[in-house]
Amino acid sequence: MITLKNIHKTYKSAQPLHVLKGIDLNIEDGEFVAIMGASGSGKSTLLNVLGILDDYDEGEYYLGDTLIKNLNERKAADYRNRMIGFIFQSFNLIPFKNAMENVALPLFYQGVSRRKRNAIAMEYLDKVGLRDWADHYPNELSGGQKQRVAIARALITHPKIILADEPTGALDSKTTIEVLDLLKELHQQGMTIIVVTHELDVGQQADRIINIIDGQVCHGKTEYQENGKTK
Amino acid sequence: MLDTLYEITGSLKRNKLRTIATGFAVTSGLFLLIVLLGAGNGLIHSFQYNMGSFAFDAIHVYGGITTMPYEGIKEGRRINLDTRDLNMAKTSFSRFISEAMPTLETSGLNVSYGSKHISGCEFDGIYPNYAASQGIKMLEGRFVNDIDIQQKRKVVVIGSNSVTDLFKGGETAIGKILNVSGISYTIIGIFKTNEMSNSTTFYTPYTTLSTIYNRGRFIDELTMNINNIPTESAMNKFMDDYIHATSQIHSFDPSDKRALWIHNQAGDNIVMQKAMSILNTSFWVLGLLTLLSGVVGVSNIMLISVKERTHEFGIRRAIGAHPWHIIRMVILESIVITATFGYIGMVLGVFFCEWMDKAVGGQTMDLGMFQAKYFIDPTVDLHVCIQATIVIIIAGALAGFFPARKAVNVKPIDALRG
Repeated sequence: MITLKNIHKTYKSAQPLHVLKGIDLNIEDGEFVAIMGASGSGKSTLLNVLGILDDYDEGEYYLGDTLIKNLNERKAADYRNRMIGFIFQSFNLIPFKNAMENVALPLFYQGVSRRKRNAIAMEYLDKVGLRDWADHYPNELSGGQKQRVAIARALITHPKIILADEPTGALDSKTTIEVLDLLKELHQQGMTIIVVTHELDVGQQADRIINIIDGQVCHGKTEYQENGKTK
Repeated sequence: MLDTLYEITGSLKRNKLRTIATGFAVTSGLFLLIVLLGAGNGLIHSFQYNMGSFAFDAIHVYGGITTMPYEGIKEGRRINLDTRDLNMAKTSFSRFISEAMPTLETSGLNVSYGSKHISGCEFDGIYPNYAASQGIKMLEGRFVNDIDIQQKRKVVVIGSNSVTDLFKGGETAIGKILNVSGISYTIIGIFKTNEMSNSTTFYTPYTTLSTIYNRGRFIDELTMNINNIPTESAMNKFMDDYIHATSQIHSFDPSDKRALWIHNQAGDNIVMQKAMSILNTSFWVLGLLTLLSGVVGVSNIMLISVKERTHEFGIRRAIGAHPWHIIRMVILESIVITATFGYIGMVLGVFFCEWMDKAVGGQTMDLGMFQAKYFIDPTVDLHVCIQATIVIIIAGALAGFFPARKAVNVKPIDALRG
């Protein structure tokens, strides 16, 4: 599903920062993968590249059969819309839209009529158990509920992959379990899921952990992981 | 499109303070523009009304008394205009004088009808075109015509104020015979006297008056209608030439200011027109500045609003909004705000003008010798209102476009972090 070949990325500033130093990566269809690493390791940058939110300097990134390289912003937006579902640490719901409207928003950019996209949004809210909260605004929802709304929004376009950036980072342990269970359920239904996290408990829910150290994929167990285990 | 509008109204409704802050700048800008222009128009209309009874292109010349000796003739001599002046106006100055009419004046006459009478009346012997050139408005009957002139009929056109003095209410004046210091005249028409000409002037055919009072070739007043003199300097040049030419006929010093009495309405009018256009321009400048302040207000708020919404735009772009979607949304929001609130401002402005019209419009001011209206029809042409609204809508669209374009030029990930 995802193939990265020798991806390099440098932030150009007064002091250029070489963040990704030749990442090679293969993620199969239907896999549940956790990307782990210390802060500053480049894992977030990698996620941004995977999510077409940021570009890379060198190498090749295939999403499905599509080469994602040097896209214009319009094309990138279309790919994000149709192929990727995002789940963010800070939920990133639009505060002045209710749960249903937030879930329906990706379909607005596909030109689906309001009546139809709201109906579909209700279906997805039902899937995440929030049908009764459809007309609540984000500030009226708990953290776990917000994240479930975000998951419904990520799913509504039938994306090829789900990219979750610290999806439980802002949640307490109980709701963390709820959200992880939901992700696992999606995985069982065949969805490809990539989670970026620095919490080992979260990472261990995945089929596979990819460790990023200093901008490169580290094979084998890391010190970080060992330490994490002892916690 | 309808869907996009729904999307926008949703966002506007949920951000009421921002919407109202933007809208207020637009509403007040348009309101002030329209009220200012309306007030300006009220003033200008009142000038025009108060000047309305005068012909704007006429020059009146009367003979005076010399104050300077000239070629051996002593000062203190009376200058009497005569048919030579009329001919000169019609021939030498035909390029500038479209029409020249002689007028005779006889004053101190007693006019009576039955038991009522008015003393100290003035009878002007005139030609038919005098009515048009002096803007005389007929209320009833007719003015002096060519047959009256030819047949030297003893007919008279009287002012509406004299009618009230001489006749009982409801009594018809037309056809009645007046006794004018012993001579009978038949009333053929009534003209409107307004606040500005509250005198007891009667109009009668030139030839009639000339014959009755045996005036021969002499003329009391020469009325000339002017054309082809657009500017003040051209007017000054014409007057110099005219006075010089007249001084040749009557042998007086051309620099003698008292030899001729000249009432130059045409010249006054040029100055007046200039003053009115300056007034009009300054009201427009003020109005456009208020409109500009509205535009600046909209731009400011759009700028802040777009900056504030960077994160929202980041979310929208992450889930698939094209840059153009974002720009279009901002522009449409801006247009919806400016159009709605601009319309409110326009309507309020128009209503305020109407209120001004009701409250103070048409009120008269007593200036002692005459009364003047000082505020008439303080309204603005609807086209101007609509154009101003369109200007502010376009400005609002531009005010949204530039910051929005800047906002979508950052990478979506930076927008999400912002």
